[in-house]
Amino acid sequence: MAPEIRKRQIARRLALLTLLAVLAAAAFLLLNARGSWDFLLPFRGRKLAALAVVAVAIALSTVVFQTVTQNRILTPAIMGFDALYVLIQTGLVFGLGAGRVSALDARLVFGLELGAMVLFALLLFRWMFGPAARNLHLLMLVGIVLGTLFRSISGFLQRIIDPDSFTVLQDRLFASFNAVDPGLLTLSALIVAGLALVLWRLVPELDVLALGREAAIGLGVPQERLVLGLLVIVTMLVALSTALVGPVTFLGLLVANLAYLLMPTARHAVLLPAAALIALITLIGGQTLLERVLHYDTALAVVVEFAGGLVFILLVIRGVAR
Amino acid sequence: MIEVEGVERRYDGLAVLSEVTLSLPRGGLTAIIGPNGAGKSTLLSVMGRLQKPDAGRVTLEGMDLAQASGRLVARKLALLRQDNHTAARLTVRDLVAFGRYPHSRGNPGPEDHAQVARALAILGLEPLADRFLDQLSGGQRQRAHIAMVLAQDTECILLDEPLNNLDISHAVRIITLVREAAQALGKTVVVVLHDINMAAAHCDRIVVMKGGRILRHGPPAELMQAEFLSAVYETPISVHELAGRLVAVY
Ligand SMILES: Nc1ncnc2c1ncn2[C@@H]1O[C@H](COP(=O)(O)OP(=O)(O)OP(=O)(O)O)[C@@H](O)[C@H]1O
Ligand SMILES: [Mg+2]
Repeated sequence: MAPEIRKRQIARRLALLTLLAVLAAAAFLLLNARGSWDFLLPFRGRKLAALAVVAVAIALSTVVFQTVTQNRILTPAIMGFDALYVLIQTGLVFGLGAGRVSALDARLVFGLELGAMVLFALLLFRWMFGPAARNLHLLMLVGIVLGTLFRSISGFLQRIIDPDSFTVLQDRLFASFNAVDPGLLTLSALIVAGLALVLWRLVPELDVLALGREAAIGLGVPQERLVLGLLVIVTMLVALSTALVGPVTFLGLLVANLAYLLMPTARHAVLLPAAALIALITLIGGQTLLERVLHYDTALAVVVEFAGGLVFILLVIRGVAR
Repeated sequence: MIEVEGVERRYDGLAVLSEVTLSLPRGGLTAIIGPNGAGKSTLLSVMGRLQKPDAGRVTLEGMDLAQASGRLVARKLALLRQDNHTAARLTVRDLVAFGRYPHSRGNPGPEDHAQVARALAILGLEPLADRFLDQLSGGQRQRAHIAMVLAQDTECILLDEPLNNLDISHAVRIITLVREAAQALGKTVVVVLHDINMAAAHCDRIVVMKGGRILRHGPPAELMQAEFLSAVYETPISVHELAGRLVAVY
């Protein structure tokens, strides 16, 4: 196919995705409005912003992570982020009691979660990209093992706390876009925007990294430093979205692979915005459908995880794991 | 131009390169030959700073590769690896354009486009330029990777088995091309070859490696000796003069 046709096709598809994202946002804000707009718009607006921040963070982090690791069925969540998040929440409720945890400053908990997850991931990455081992399979194994360990500890603690605390805990563990603190939301939005900007400036380097480690060094990219820096950004994005709304493991996998499928190019200048738009459409559109049309109160996360899980299995079966 | 000084490389304590010292002056085509596992690719990737030596150092125009800026080195030295697989879905033109990254940093100008077009033309890739890499034959893919190295337009070019998968016509074209680049443009070119006759016919210098060491190096006429080659490859080889060339028969 001639490059001009391909370019036009890409531009058309990006435009279409943008349109869909805008439509989804409008539908989310305006559909089924009951009661006063003065109350409804700010309320829905906040929720929309939370959805948007999470969508962008998850999409960007997954695409960058897959480029760095040269693998299309991994998501940063493989590092056991979700399990660590569950462990922190469980540990808090267990240690302090449900009452005091609910009374804690949301900002404090947010900071704590963010810090712990970033620290954990950096230790893991440092070790993985250290001189000893540069083995992805090993890292996956360690991630899975640590995840299991975290889950086991959480499971044990959950079994011995009192039922009331457990109910509170369970509520906190589901990814939820309803109860996001406005202050935290603004802060998160700023951080995500800043990181997105940094990634945008690194687009040529990301393109080169996609060629593989050796080719990247050969072309003069400071590969080790760059990879570590990118992983720090990925970690911050994932930790941020997890701390904000809870774990959404498979969303990234879903949107990244849809972006690769839709965009006949390897250029990150296209892939990053495409993945972000698809994530926006999925999350916002999905939430609109669930809440406004179907009147379900089910957490969207459940549906997204289901769809993402299906895609994951499909990818594994089709052997895209290269 | 390139100095390799006492380079050692070990994998799990096993020496793959030992005390390798080699000095390549500016200009000229050098072939590295030797049996499988001799350490040719390892030496080339150490020279191209894809691997760090465990001891010794490599300098390019006097600058130590371990310390020099990656970008700067990439404008002076290009490397073709023995196996090039790219996971990314790229067209031939995209791939070749990556050769310009050290110069343009993803923001190509007219000079960059011209170099890409030139490299595509030299390797006869124009009809294939908009094909995806996974839609090419092995030899066509190899040519695309060579074109990327050429587009990088560097003083020094390291090619690890560039003639892999190529038909006779393309093999001759490429070896002639690099020889001309070495002679007319003063480029320093190193090629790893398995075809001794190709090396003898076209290269200024041959480096013979085995067991992680350089056994001998010198002009082809000095090294094309039946006894020596037979010992290196542990295979009976005889050398004859044919059409004014030294030809090894095996
Ligand atoms: N990653 C690695 N781990 C352990 N040993 C390695 C590794 N890479 C190469 N080796 C060993 O180093 C030695 C030299 O390998 P190298 O690739 O340099 O050989 P070569 O001369 O290029 O051979 P060929 O002609 O087959 O390409 C071989 O014995 C090989 O088994
Ligand atoms: Mg080799």
